[in-house]
Amino acid sequence: MTENLLELRKLSKHFPIHSGLARRVTGEVRAVDDVDLIIKRGETLGLVGESGCGKSTTGRAILRAIEPTSGEILFHGKDGTVDVAQLGRTDLKQIRRRMQMVFQDPYASLNPRMRVEEIIAEPLICLERMSRGDRRDRVVELLELVGLNSQYLARYPHTFSGGQRQRIGIARALALAPEFVVCDEPVSALDVSVQAQVLNLLIELQQRLGTTYLFISHDLGVIEHLCDRVAVMYLGRIVEVADTEALLRTPKMPYVEALLASVPHADPHAVTAHAIVRGEIADPANRPTGCAFHPRCAYATDVCRSVAPELRNVGTRSNPHLAACHFSETLQLNGVA
Amino acid sequence: MTSRPIISVRNLEVGAMSRHGMLRPLRGIDLDLPFGQTVGLVGESGCGKSMTARALLNITPAPMRITGGTIILDDGKAPPQNLSALDPDGVAMRAIRGARVAMIFQEPMTALSPVHTIGDQIGEMVRIHRKLGRREAKAHAIEMLDMVSMPNARQRYDAYPFNLSGGMRQRAMIAMALACGPDVLVADEPTTALDVTIQAQILELLQRLQADLGMTVLLITHDLGVVARTTKRVAVMYLGEIVEEASTIQLFDTPLHPYTQGLLSSVPRLGSRRGRREPLPTMRGTVPSALVELAGCAFHPRCTKAVAGLCDVIKPVMAEVNPGHSARCLLYPEVLVASKRGSSVVQPEPVS
Amino acid sequence: MTIEKAASTSTASTGQPEESPLRLMWYKFRAHRLAVWSLWIIVGLYLMAIFANFLAPFDPETRTGLPYSPPSWPTVMADDGFNWPPVVYGVTSTLDMKTFKRVYTVDTTRQYPVKLFVAGDQQSWFGLFASDRHLIGVESGGAFFLMGTDALGRDVFSRVIYGSRISLSIGLVGVSISLVLGVILGGISGYFGGAIDLVVQRLIEIIQCFPSIPLWMALAAALPHDWTTVQVYFGITVILSLVGWTDLARVVRGRFLSLREEDFVMAARLAGASEARIIGKHLLPSFASHIIASVTLSIPSMILAETSLSFLGIGLTPPALSWGVLLQTAQNVNTLAISPWLLLPGGMVIITVLAFNFLGDGLRDAADPFAKERLS
Repeated sequence: MTENLLELRKLSKHFPIHSGLARRVTGEVRAVDDVDLIIKRGETLGLVGESGCGKSTTGRAILRAIEPTSGEILFHGKDGTVDVAQLGRTDLKQIRRRMQMVFQDPYASLNPRMRVEEIIAEPLICLERMSRGDRRDRVVELLELVGLNSQYLARYPHTFSGGQRQRIGIARALALAPEFVVCDEPVSALDVSVQAQVLNLLIELQQRLGTTYLFISHDLGVIEHLCDRVAVMYLGRIVEVADTEALLRTPKMPYVEALLASVPHADPHAVTAHAIVRGEIADPANRPTGCAFHPRCAYATDVCRSVAPELRNVGTRSNPHLAACHFSETLQLNGVA
Repeated sequence: MTSRPIISVRNLEVGAMSRHGMLRPLRGIDLDLPFGQTVGLVGESGCGKSMTARALLNITPAPMRITGGTIILDDGKAPPQNLSALDPDGVAMRAIRGARVAMIFQEPMTALSPVHTIGDQIGEMVRIHRKLGRREAKAHAIEMLDMVSMPNARQRYDAYPFNLSGGMRQRAMIAMALACGPDVLVADEPTTALDVTIQAQILELLQRLQADLGMTVLLITHDLGVVARTTKRVAVMYLGEIVEEASTIQLFDTPLHPYTQGLLSSVPRLGSRRGRREPLPTMRGTVPSALVELAGCAFHPRCTKAVAGLCDVIKPVMAEVNPGHSARCLLYPEVLVASKRGSSVVQPEPVS
Repeated sequence: MTIEKAASTSTASTGQPEESPLRLMWYKFRAHRLAVWSLWIIVGLYLMAIFANFLAPFDPETRTGLPYSPPSWPTVMADDGFNWPPVVYGVTSTLDMKTFKRVYTVDTTRQYPVKLFVAGDQQSWFGLFASDRHLIGVESGGAFFLMGTDALGRDVFSRVIYGSRISLSIGLVGVSISLVLGVILGGISGYFGGAIDLVVQRLIEIIQCFPSIPLWMALAAALPHDWTTVQVYFGITVILSLVGWTDLARVVRGRFLSLREEDFVMAARLAGASEARIIGKHLLPSFASHIIASVTLSIPSMILAETSLSFLGIGLTPPALSWGVLLQTAQNVNTLAISPWLLLPGGMVIITVLAFNFLGDGLRDAADPFAKERLS
């Protein structure tokens, strides 16, 4: 469990802002800004944040689905370490066997003009030398793995419900038996009663195949249920990383406290008396100085307005709890009861 | 029922013919909105909760139309009126919409015009309905923006919707909906598109406005947390019917309908202290479409407690199982008796 | 909730026969009544062009000796009663010596029954085989002109049928050239982006800025005068498509840009698909239907352009035969006052253009069968 599978070092993705007729670059959005993160082999790391915080961009940058601007993505595979950020075209194609992705929108992520068999077999066709028969056997095996009937092979995606489509997407991601899967909000587009089926499937598959997940979500309930550790992002930066239990019960960063307090409890007896965080997320193209959260923070001081806090360990050496706040040690923040 | 209902819906049906057959998104809704309360309407996508909201304002999207039932509006401003009998485009309905019953949507951009400032749009509401002059309308619009805690209301009067963030747009839409002082506000997933921190702000705003203005609110959502936080009574919808109705506390403490039980248990909720990665109880199958016609209970194909020969044969009706707590499930003797009688428990006769 | 989603869940659960994307498109297309009718009209028009020599009662150049004869139709009501087969009355033409107008008088005593597959002018079908048979006609001595005759006594109806060959094909050929140009330039522009995109986009904007009629005129005037009809025909086609590719290029580029952002394209990339596979397997099939719809919608402008050019006398000229050339004879107001039927070829242009537009609309609606019909 302690072995690192993936290490992000100063990973950044900046989107240039073009304007004018000549589309001159007039600014940039730092969607992902110097992110350092470790993902351990076999664990589920949750990546939480509100829309626009850069969590999806981080997930995609790790897979080079979008090109990171700078930084290292060290992948400690079974046969040595590679920096995914530096891979050329052919090596990148090979690393696809190891790292895959499950998408949020089960409607957009399956080509509506392809049959289920072609969709699931695509990674096999592109990366694996297999006979037609073997390939079909593998697709049937995958369909059964995700709990779908093998009679569905010749069907088109539009004849399936959202939950079934998401299963097809999962089967495609697992076709090459990857070690690492980025799950980008895999259940947030699904109906409540179907979410549980897909979550159970993801959990079961992880237990059977030993896959490592980066689980991106805005739903803290799902994160709590699934993740060993959680990282919280705010405006392109990681602001807190800790074991799920520690992060939820004893947050060390005021934004995380606010986030936890904002989640409406499905318990009518719960008293919701605490202050709700004021203001809105700043424009990522126009980051506040110092700590990006200071305009909304109830505890902000002058230091917060001028000096950006580093992500540092405020826990113990054996049980690290990283937080980016000047006052992590002194503040008594409330977590989930 | 704690007080007189301001809106009383009886046996409301909405339908349309499609290439695939008869679509019936609403299959006989009975719902009372007690004066000055917030009622939650919960369900998954496709259960008909948004259609209910639209039917209340008689704005069902074509080709859908109200095919039966009554919606009695009795707000004391006028004699009770049956909204389902009014011409959707007629003068009478337009005079009610916005002025007496208002609605806010999930996506504010559908309600806000992108080419007018939000101030103009709010002002226009009162100029049309209350015949205010330009100057008074502007003053009123700024007052409304202040009321919804729009930061820098005076400057934001001249802002276009695209200048605003999602949360501020939602505030602007609420200000617009409330501009004419309606007694009933239908809020259709008002926070679904928002981030949690903003959602918390908007929910708090809605609660404050409801208390200050004594409004009746129908809050439609799929999020049980939102319901628990903001409502006193809840109705749960499934396939165009209400399957359970109770006070929020009763519903969360002792859910009666297997569907409600499933909804409550299958969602991993923050702080539930369930074992990590312990399998979640699931409901089998998927939400059926509005085309599906099922004999017996609409939920029986997905229900783990379904009794063969009973649930797939007898159509359950709503019946009170505990005081103030009704359900549409044959496993409760009260429901079974009422269903076998072929009619629901005695319903208050709608005032005509 | 959406109808399509609802429908799909019901198919998935009830196990109805599989609905392929093509079948879905057909359903959507079929729902567009006008488009279906237009499709049949267009098919009919093209069949008419192909089998012109069989359908036309006369050779387009045959001078019947009856100039400016008004339209005359066979009648079934001859001899005070119903009569089958329909007959055509004989006509005699005299010149009114006061007005110098030709006067046609019907002679009901001479009757010619209308027959099928009658012998007439010898015709060769695209040089492959020759026949003198025509679909309908009357025995020699009689004649009927469904759309009257022109100044030289040629049958306008036959000329319209023959004219459709050029008028209808110039749209197809022109659009094919535009399509090639549009797909290549639009594809390059959308695929590579950056500076290339910028250059192509500005080029398109510049071309679209030119007023089209003067531009055509300038280009048409540049065609050598000693070219044969066939050469002029292709010259005009190329001119039309050089101006007309811009819209298609924009459509292709737009589709390319939006599809590249689709999740399923990213999924294919993550599956290790090569660029060639992504383009061939994911992008092209996804926008082929949209391209077909856009192409259909741009055919009418090609037909209209040819008609206008020929009408203005700078496109095709006699002996070439197109609807535009036919309309050229209707330029003179005096002629029109005497023989308004010379405008009838314009009616054909209107029917064709409308049919293509309706068909294009229908195809455009059907192009994305997965678009959800929002209900709530």
